[in-house]
Amino acid sequence: MPLDTSLVRKPFKVIGTRVRRPDGIDKVTGRAKYGADAFAPGQLVGLVLRSPHAHAKIRKIDTSKAEKLPGVKAIITSADLPDLTGGDRSMRDILENCMARSKALYDGHAVAAVAAVDMHTAKQALKLIKVDYQVLPHVTDVDEALKPNAPLLHDDIFTEGIEPKPTKPSNFIKIAEYGHGDVEAGFKEADVIIEKSYKTEQTHQGYIEPHACLANVSPDGTGELWVTTQGPFVYRNQCAALLGMDINKLRVTSSEIGGGFGGKTHVWGEPVALALSRKANRPVKLVMTRDEVFRATGPTSSSSIDIKIGVRKDGTITAAFAELRYQNGAFPFTWAEFGAMTCWACYDFKNVKSVSKDVVLNRPKCAAYRAPSAPIAAFAVESTMDLVAAAIGMDPVDLRIKNAAKEGTKSSYGPVYGPIGIGPTLEAAKNHPHMKAKLGKNQGRGMACGFWFNFGGQTCVDVNVTPDGSVTVAVGTVDVGGSRASLALAVAEELGVPYEQVRVIVADTSSLGHNDMTDGSRGTFSSSMAAVDATRKAIQTLRERAAKIWEIPVDEVEWMDGTARAVGEKHGNKAPLSVKDISAQAANTGGPIAGHSEIVADGAGVSFATHICDAEVDPETGRTSIKRYTVIQDAGKAMHPSYVEGQYQGGAAQGIGWALNEEYIYGKDGRLQNAGFLDYRIPVCSDLPMIDTQILEIPTPNHPSGVRGVGETSIVPPLGAIANAISNAAGVRLNHIPMSPPRVLKAIKAAKKK
Amino acid sequence: MTQFPATEGDHIHTVHLWGALRPLVGGRETVESSARTIRELFRLLSEAYPGVEAHIKRGVAVSIDGKIYRDQWDTELPPGAEIYLMPRIPGG
Repeated sequence: MPLDTSLVRKPFKVIGTRVRRPDGIDKVTGRAKYGADAFAPGQLVGLVLRSPHAHAKIRKIDTSKAEKLPGVKAIITSADLPDLTGGDRSMRDILENCMARSKALYDGHAVAAVAAVDMHTAKQALKLIKVDYQVLPHVTDVDEALKPNAPLLHDDIFTEGIEPKPTKPSNFIKIAEYGHGDVEAGFKEADVIIEKSYKTEQTHQGYIEPHACLANVSPDGTGELWVTTQGPFVYRNQCAALLGMDINKLRVTSSEIGGGFGGKTHVWGEPVALALSRKANRPVKLVMTRDEVFRATGPTSSSSIDIKIGVRKDGTITAAFAELRYQNGAFPFTWAEFGAMTCWACYDFKNVKSVSKDVVLNRPKCAAYRAPSAPIAAFAVESTMDLVAAAIGMDPVDLRIKNAAKEGTKSSYGPVYGPIGIGPTLEAAKNHPHMKAKLGKNQGRGMACGFWFNFGGQTCVDVNVTPDGSVTVAVGTVDVGGSRASLALAVAEELGVPYEQVRVIVADTSSLGHNDMTDGSRGTFSSSMAAVDATRKAIQTLRERAAKIWEIPVDEVEWMDGTARAVGEKHGNKAPLSVKDISAQAANTGGPIAGHSEIVADGAGVSFATHICDAEVDPETGRTSIKRYTVIQDAGKAMHPSYVEGQYQGGAAQGIGWALNEEYIYGKDGRLQNAGFLDYRIPVCSDLPMIDTQILEIPTPNHPSGVRGVGETSIVPPLGAIANAISNAAGVRLNHIPMSPPRVLKAIKAAKKK
Repeated sequence: MTQFPATEGDHIHTVHLWGALRPLVGGRETVESSARTIRELFRLLSEAYPGVEAHIKRGVAVSIDGKIYRDQWDTELPPGAEIYLMPRIPGG
């Protein structure tokens, strides 16, 4: 039976209701098991020794004294993790990031690890390991790293995208370009041209649960890993490859997850824990401290951006140009390129161009952070859009509506859009009561738009009907934002049974086929597609079993409202058979009743949002308070509206922290100065207003329920919306994120001097 | 019109390439192809322009009339469809 992903236009009975979340009680009572909550008999404590230098050659590591310390069971260095990557650059970088080889590339880079009987012994052992470093010059600023004489991190990076290929290595990884039309000609048509440069500092996802795992490798070559992750299958595949294990010998079980936002899509300490366990022949638990999470996992890029927009007096934007320079941390990737792809995606411009420059420098390897790269680019674009509106005396919402992308627009990254939601979110913003609310003293209102892609990917789901007619669903995509509830709703809707009759679990990697990670806003989109497919297969089996019970042909059995019905006049006196009735006779009609689905849930659409923010700026201190905040976003179909609202609110809350306070601060020595939540301040409840949400439902045609991914787009507009609100509140334009009190105060004082 | 893998017939697509692929096909922004599926398109591209294969291994997404396909290489390229090759983007 081929998978039919097309939208089923029918009234929903359970989808769209606010049912009780299945993980709620365990999470609020402390019963839920997270990464650090697993224990195994004889387990050891794993600790990692990290480089105190931003850039240093490792001349020698002497572990002899530490090895003699009673209670130390294993010590590993890169020598215990040989390079098995076979020339695969990306896997080699993962290996080198997990354990430094010839050089330490950032403050916090792992250089050795210990497994000992307790924490005290493990800490003592770390102190006994002697590393002979040759400290090298370092660079932690993106523009400095691009300079010709900057300290060089890798001797095998030759800038990609430049012809002819450079002959000298540099920190400049890649240049890329997107857009269409002729921007130079477009700028000549403009009445007004606005040019502005921006900087954003590095931020961490700030998930509350640190990375933690329990690794257990047996002498027979099999292994188990309990871990907090967004992608147990990807962790399994990567760890097995790095350790030279057959994939089927490593079973990974994901714990409950205390936030990930992209940071738990990469392996960090897990291969180290497995290598320690293999060497010690004992289970090893490795739990990062908050200091380690900041210094040695993957924050998002810091950046430097130039924007130029040309506009006619009637509000028609004639040309737009952006150059985006993002740092990737110590290992090459293409985070700036994704900024270049997304920065102009909300708009319909005849002439548009974006250029990205990706750079390596001496900071931790950057990882995905919720709509990775897009919020940074949107901050620069949306700030400049407000400057353009002010320059021609036009309302900022009207300027955006006039230039908004729509169905048939050629997007700035290439393809022509199908039906999209930016226009409806802007119209909803224009008409929202928030836009008309009175502002108080020192308060200003700002708005901004945002764009992000949706993904699908490989997905595998089992639906099992139990002997009492209740249903279990096993999925391989980790539930980071409510997917268990959404999937139970999808299965209940398709099967025609109450939500409470369906229980969803996240299966381990030995129980299902490969599943991609929970990233790219794909969890509910892809898993519900597979869950519906598996349920349809189970329904087919239920119909066949009902036919056997009734001793009639299966094509005379239809499925309606959770029951098998015999159709036709001759069967008019047969009572419908429920799932419970049929499953009770499963043993005598062919055995267990199940449905299974393995799909690639491709063909996802794109996502847009518009946010409105009221900010109050204290002119004496420069402190900004967010007084009111509204998120308007298209969800396609909100399976569980409370979770969708939660995603909208969560993205806005993270964006508020990013905009106002969060910042990696490096000293001149290249060391991170604020690796803790005391000095790296994320917003807490008392910092935030109740974040209002408006869910628009423009169904995607390529999903049975019309679902779009909603997990990421909500973090794209806040930086720009808040910058615009601060500008309107304090009369100063901030071009540097975060807009912390000292920066705002400095801008206010500078404006007064003029 | 370029000679690349296009053959005579009515199933000819203009395939738009993102910047990183253009140097590998002689600097062109588009190529013509008679491929009927993503798989066939990738095969024909790799045969004609060996440098493209490394990008395909690294991950290429295909936008077909604005919908993005990353893995389902059996997906058909309908006549008249707009085809864009894009880098495969990670999510958070």
